[in-house]
Amino acid sequence: MSDADIDPHGEVTVDRLALADEFAGAGAAGEGAVASADVAEYALRLGDDALVLAQQLGMWIARAPELEEDVALGNIALDLLGHARSLLHYAGTESGRSEDDLAYWRDEPDWRNAWIFEQPNGDFAHTIARQFFVATYLFELYGDLSSSTDPTLAAIAAKSMKEVDYHRDHATQWVLRLAGGTDESRRRMITAVADTWPYVDELFHDDELVERLASDGVAVLPSSLRERFDEIVDQVLAEAEIELPTGRTAFIASGGGRRGRHTEHLGPLLAEMQVLARQHPGASW
Amino acid sequence: MTSPADLSVVENEAGQALFDDLIAKDSRIEPRDWMPEAYRKTLIRQISQHAHSEIIGMQPESNWITRAPSLKRKAILMAKVQDEAGHGLYLYSAAQTLGITREEMMDQLIEGRARYSSIFNYTTPTWADMGAIGWLVDGAAICNQVPLCRASYGPYGRAMVRICKEESFHQRQGFEILLELMQGTEAQREMAQDAVNRWYWPSLMMFGPPDDQSPNSAQSMAWNIKRFSNDELRQRFVGMLVPQAEVLGVTLPDPALRFNEETGEYDMSEIDWTEFNEVLAGRGPANAERLRRRREAHENGAWVREAAHEYARKQAARAAAEVA
Repeated sequence: MSDADIDPHGEVTVDRLALADEFAGAGAAGEGAVASADVAEYALRLGDDALVLAQQLGMWIARAPELEEDVALGNIALDLLGHARSLLHYAGTESGRSEDDLAYWRDEPDWRNAWIFEQPNGDFAHTIARQFFVATYLFELYGDLSSSTDPTLAAIAAKSMKEVDYHRDHATQWVLRLAGGTDESRRRMITAVADTWPYVDELFHDDELVERLASDGVAVLPSSLRERFDEIVDQVLAEAEIELPTGRTAFIASGGGRRGRHTEHLGPLLAEMQVLARQHPGASW
Repeated sequence: MTSPADLSVVENEAGQALFDDLIAKDSRIEPRDWMPEAYRKTLIRQISQHAHSEIIGMQPESNWITRAPSLKRKAILMAKVQDEAGHGLYLYSAAQTLGITREEMMDQLIEGRARYSSIFNYTTPTWADMGAIGWLVDGAAICNQVPLCRASYGPYGRAMVRICKEESFHQRQGFEILLELMQGTEAQREMAQDAVNRWYWPSLMMFGPPDDQSPNSAQSMAWNIKRFSNDELRQRFVGMLVPQAEVLGVTLPDPALRFNEETGEYDMSEIDWTEFNEVLAGRGPANAERLRRRREAHENGAWVREAAHEYARKQAARAAAEVA
């Protein structure tokens, strides 16, 4: 290759500045569709789950145990951010708010993510335990949601499912490696599974909103995913020779994340994510 | 692998002749070819330094991933920093073909025995630094790196082709960040100009000392590793910046900067090499911080790497036992 083949000026011309197109996110699916209030609330739940997790995984970049994991966790974070942007964009159509209005200008009680997503990264084993449970759940969820009667949700779910399949595979492999690696990694993996497990139950909790939407074939009833989730988790943990803690903690009696009640971890996460945008109200970036 | 020391003098002479011939024809040297020990050492040093620069270079930008002011910017920045990890991987692989392991290179880095580009020892206090790094630092890197796509060592040249394609996107996103800021509020414009003021001179220093003070350049040019002199590349870079700065509406912080019709080059103020040497000597704004952070990531991840290694060993042993 000669120098003439590559433009050292990096192709910077004013009329070619449409980088947003290279990052399908907002508007990737269902351009023009407007969500009803119920659908918007449902999309917000799913979008917040994805965005909070993307934010957490982004913290690993340049801190991962090996370069391959900087790349892998970065990839997963990017996928989740893409899902979040599509879902928040759709959620915002009901009230005329943009994905950034929703991401940067809502306070804690307005966030709808489940608690497991806001639990801190911890050590690598905790990140992997969270990834394993969440990706297994999301894979089943998006699989079913891809036949939603709402075409926008169906399209987003179909795209997301393929990516979440990789996330699940990545996490499963690490659960097995850490459980079957050294004494230390096994001890850490067991602790991480035990610490994360209590947050799993909330993912499968039905409420009036999802029941209403599920009866129209728009949403997936979370409880309907539980059996398949347990089957996969049991299979992987059996191979890893890890036993689940007994008893499923149901401490979401307060309503949990879906009703805007959160653990202590969401506040600092949002403060960091929103700080710059809030210093410059009305600015465009 | 046969080390050059094991070869007889006759073989060395034959190897040297073949090597000289390949260089004269501007062909590629491949990992299995005979090469002078100094050529091998120069390449290991240069490629590993380049890899380390990609890895350390992730830090000043990952600083803003969690605070990026829009989701689009967050996605672009994440992709960019992830690309840098990928570049580090290609480059470590290219260096490994010369007979050094990734572990050895990583140890050299975290023990402070290896160098990386001094530019990453500057800090990124504002969001506009993401724009200035993309536009100026990646812009300078492109000027340096495009000629390396033709470097005589095959694996290095090929790695650089992939890297340059992505760097072009990195520079564009930096330019776009600055353009958006310059078209924004007063506070945003000030932020952009301030970042350009801080990054302009360090980016010019990325091309290295002036030609008459660059001791290793002549040999690297004779070996077809380096294609243009430091000053030539610096001129090319400034020539690229000037029209782009006009489009952005930022001022390049050098009152003496002007195109000289007679020489066909840009006149510019003297670069403050004292600062360059200070940063190079480890006394830059963030040298200690960058190394500490890399060391922490490496040490905190040790148990994970050991686990992966041990798991692979057990799996292999199990497979062997099943065969037996």
